[in-house]
Amino acid sequence: MKLNQLTIKQAYNGLKNRDFTSVELTKACLQRIKEVDNKVKACLTICEKQALDQAAKADVMIIKGEQKFLTGIPYICKDIIVTKNIRTTAASKILDNYFPSFDATVIKKLNQVGAVLIAKSNLDEFAHGASTENSAYGPTHNPWDLERVPGGSSGGSAAAMAADESIFTIGSDTGGSIRHPSSYCGVIGLKPTYGRCSRYGLIAMTSSTDVIGPITKTVEDSAIVLKQIAGSDKFDSTTVERKILDYHKEIKKNINGLKIGIPKEFFPKELDKDVEERLQDAINQFEKLGVKITQISLPHTKYAVPVYYIITPSEISSNLSRFDGIRYGESEVKEQNSKANNLLDVYYQSRGKWLGAETKRRIMLGTYALSAGYYDAYYLQAQKVRTIISNELKQELKKVDAILTPATPHPAFKIGEKKDPLSMYLEDVFMSSASLAGLPAISFPVGFINGLPIGAQIIGKPFDEATILKLAHHYEQASNWRKTKPEL
Amino acid sequence: MKLSKQEVKHIADLAHLELSELEQELYSGQLNSVLDYIDQLKKVNTLDVEPTAQVTGLENIMAEDEVEECDKQIQEKMIEQFPQRQGDYNRVKRMLRDS
Repeated sequence: MKLNQLTIKQAYNGLKNRDFTSVELTKACLQRIKEVDNKVKACLTICEKQALDQAAKADVMIIKGEQKFLTGIPYICKDIIVTKNIRTTAASKILDNYFPSFDATVIKKLNQVGAVLIAKSNLDEFAHGASTENSAYGPTHNPWDLERVPGGSSGGSAAAMAADESIFTIGSDTGGSIRHPSSYCGVIGLKPTYGRCSRYGLIAMTSSTDVIGPITKTVEDSAIVLKQIAGSDKFDSTTVERKILDYHKEIKKNINGLKIGIPKEFFPKELDKDVEERLQDAINQFEKLGVKITQISLPHTKYAVPVYYIITPSEISSNLSRFDGIRYGESEVKEQNSKANNLLDVYYQSRGKWLGAETKRRIMLGTYALSAGYYDAYYLQAQKVRTIISNELKQELKKVDAILTPATPHPAFKIGEKKDPLSMYLEDVFMSSASLAGLPAISFPVGFINGLPIGAQIIGKPFDEATILKLAHHYEQASNWRKTKPEL
Repeated sequence: MKLSKQEVKHIADLAHLELSELEQELYSGQLNSVLDYIDQLKKVNTLDVEPTAQVTGLENIMAEDEVEECDKQIQEKMIEQFPQRQGDYNRVKRMLRDS
């Protein structure tokens, strides 16, 4: 096995036993990026020099006996999380040349233990999308079939993981952006509970649902990364002080007798037959593992996507007002022959020129939903339905330990196939509920359909990542989907 | 049709976005189809339901309002990124329009 193919656990052991150094491991990942990323296009910026410096430091830490799980482990981070002095674009032309003056809290936490950032990965512009096609720098390609999308918005991170371009990756999830591409790329995507990980330094999209989380090759790796990036932060007042467990130990515990709820609304008649079959196989597998399966009902599920597409654009229209050609971003002021005469012209023209189509659509949808005369009918009504959806989920979660659903309605679709914005919004149909309720959820592979991976999702109780990780881990141990790798 | 091209222009103005004729045309169609879809929410009975703005239940998280010294190097790096710099100031176009 090549070094870039290792899991965190394997790489940790290799470093510990001095089988190889972090510099060697980092070079292997950088080499892999050079070999395949011209096809996959997962990375927007490769920070080779910083990575090799950090790896050398990590090697010293290891020699000194200061090795933690992530010391010397190379990772790729979604380019919507700011990294000090490393270009951060959010896949938008308006931030084409933005070099942040600080590190996001999760980056700081990873740096502290000597993890090695090697690249920043592609996404839909400002994380608006479910295919990575909305990137201003061109789409990422799914390693399982280069003509297909990797899903989104953390498509670069998920594709990089499937292509073994690093040992782990970091993504962000607002309405499915970690879980959705993980399903399309056959990897593990964990959306922690809202408030579990600091959002400080995550370029804000929907502040009330944005969460940072890991995309990894195994559930155990996901558990390891969660422990490192979790925790309250004085720079993010929405983080919650909660006990952080040794998740890599928690997942090994017995799942016999745990109860999983299957919500019938997530298995509608129209559901793709192959997806339904794979899910049924997974349910059977859980039963064999001693898990009790029970039917539940979440009747307001069908309203999750419409609620999401009011709340999200509304928060976007506010959050993205900072990209105005003055405070951040490319500016009309710098253009030769600019027709801007006053400050307002600079705002209008800078935003008009450098924001992409989907970003503009969402800003306008949100501006409309929040504007005088429409606020009650759209935004307030959406927030009330959000309450109903959250309560319904929390109510059912009192009867069961977790909820199992499909992750995506089908496997990856072809690049360019979905032209209508609404059909793209419906990609999140199984994802939005957990986001609106702030619940933890994990997406993991449950098989293949015509050679393309497909995932299931497990949603858990607030701050109970341990249970969903544990369930996914035991399923993963009993299946062998991970042994099949994409050919590149 | 909820949104005419003219209304799209009005919303774009509120959002500080300059849109071409073509964009106004395109977005009015697309936004209308999204709004038609979203309209199903009006069917949900939300009488006596409280709106959810956040899910953690945290309230009034306060922090001391303290001024921290900023590292000179960081300060300079930030100033370098001003679109138009004059000394250590960010120079902007005039704020008032011609009448």
